[in-house]
Amino acid sequence: MSLKTFSKLAAFRRFPACTTSIPCRFSNTLSKEIVEKHRKSGLNRDQEEIEEYKGPIDATREYKHVMPEFLPSSTWYFRDRLKDKLERYDMVKRRSQIDIPEFYVGSIMSVTVSDPHAPGKQNRFVGLCIQREETGLRARFTLRNVIDGQGIEIQYDMYNPTLQKIEVLKLEKRVDDDLLYLRDCPQEYSTVPFDMEPVPLAKGAPVPVYTKMIPLNPLPWERRWNIKQYKGVTIPELSKRREKRAAKYLKTLEPRKHDIMEDYRKSIPEEMEEEVYRTVHEASKKYPKATPSKLTGKGK
Amino acid sequence: MSGCLRSIADVTSHFNKLNLVATKFHSLAPNKSPKLLASKPPEGASNFSSTSASQHIMKLTRMRVVDNSALGKAAQVAGKPPRVIHVYKKTGIGHTGDKVLLAIRGQKTRGYIVGCKGKRHYPMKPRFDTNNVVLVDDNGNPLGTRIKVPIGSHLRANEGDFTKLLAIATKFV
Repeated sequence: MSLKTFSKLAAFRRFPACTTSIPCRFSNTLSKEIVEKHRKSGLNRDQEEIEEYKGPIDATREYKHVMPEFLPSSTWYFRDRLKDKLERYDMVKRRSQIDIPEFYVGSIMSVTVSDPHAPGKQNRFVGLCIQREETGLRARFTLRNVIDGQGIEIQYDMYNPTLQKIEVLKLEKRVDDDLLYLRDCPQEYSTVPFDMEPVPLAKGAPVPVYTKMIPLNPLPWERRWNIKQYKGVTIPELSKRREKRAAKYLKTLEPRKHDIMEDYRKSIPEEMEEEVYRTVHEASKKYPKATPSKLTGKGK
Repeated sequence: MSGCLRSIADVTSHFNKLNLVATKFHSLAPNKSPKLLASKPPEGASNFSSTSASQHIMKLTRMRVVDNSALGKAAQVAGKPPRVIHVYKKTGIGHTGDKVLLAIRGQKTRGYIVGCKGKRHYPMKPRFDTNNVVLVDDNGNPLGTRIKVPIGSHLRANEGDFTKLLAIATKFV
């Protein structure tokens, strides 16, 4: 091997594959900057030609609240443009197969799953939705119910192909983002009968909000609910020491309210939101079933 | 044993002496209430806290008996739920479907975990508010005739002695 080629090879070997200063969580992925650079370079034959959309964008705001899992993750290092885009196509395709209705934390739902061990090859669970988390194909929600005095929670992957049917029995919202505190509340607040009939909502009516305050049981708790700043729960009187400790913790959160950088990292720009939901909207035209059906009354 | 008893007797006598002093002190200065007089713990028993509760099922974890066996009922009435003294597993951390050895009412009994809180939530499988256990004898036959709470449907895939528990289960979720 001549010296010239050797030096060339060495230079090639020294060429950094990942030139970002950001700590890369997954070492097997290329950084966004490099992908963008090669996408825009003239050498790229299959260059994307993104047409500017000029027509009216309808129902974007509504989509944001009904299908929040289409947006990229709020954790910045989980975002990946290509991965997110491919996942979105898969999600729309899945939505064309199964009707995933509009629901929120606080809605009463029933889920039917195919179960190879059950006698009817089916398993149905009814419960109150207490949590909704993650984005993309990993989106999941948790149902809670009390059966025979036993609190039970089941977490469902929303895009799991073994889900057969998702029904919303009562469409309702709560003031809190999650209702995990129901684990330490009286059982009557998380009890839902299995033979509950769906409560119809008038067509075009806004989603009702449950504003009653729920009392919390006395200590001990599973977590320190008093530091979570929930709005829909009344916390009993605590010892001075506990209150002092909570105040100390909450004080540490104060400077983070003014952290603009953290807000920026967590938020998703409006242009990106619009782009996401425009593509979803267009894709859902191709699959007419993909848009979520609202729970509407027949009479009104 | 006798040494142990003697030491406990010592402690109680010492405590009585202290209490005597405290009562005397209280009679002298009734406004200042000494803490020693309080024989009961303060209300809301966990006013003090140590480390956070572990969600794992391991040795010395307290369990809830969910079958209708006399032994389980007696332990519940006495307010002394059984404790795990061994998990039949290499890792030593039990999960739903695992076999454990329990200390209950001064005797050793085997049992199967039929539901637990769990440190993490596995999707498509139920998570329970309590750590539930069903008692069995040495041959794997359940001591009770009925499981009073629902159990996970995925347990139906289990084979061997566990099928005896599935026979006495009332509900699956």
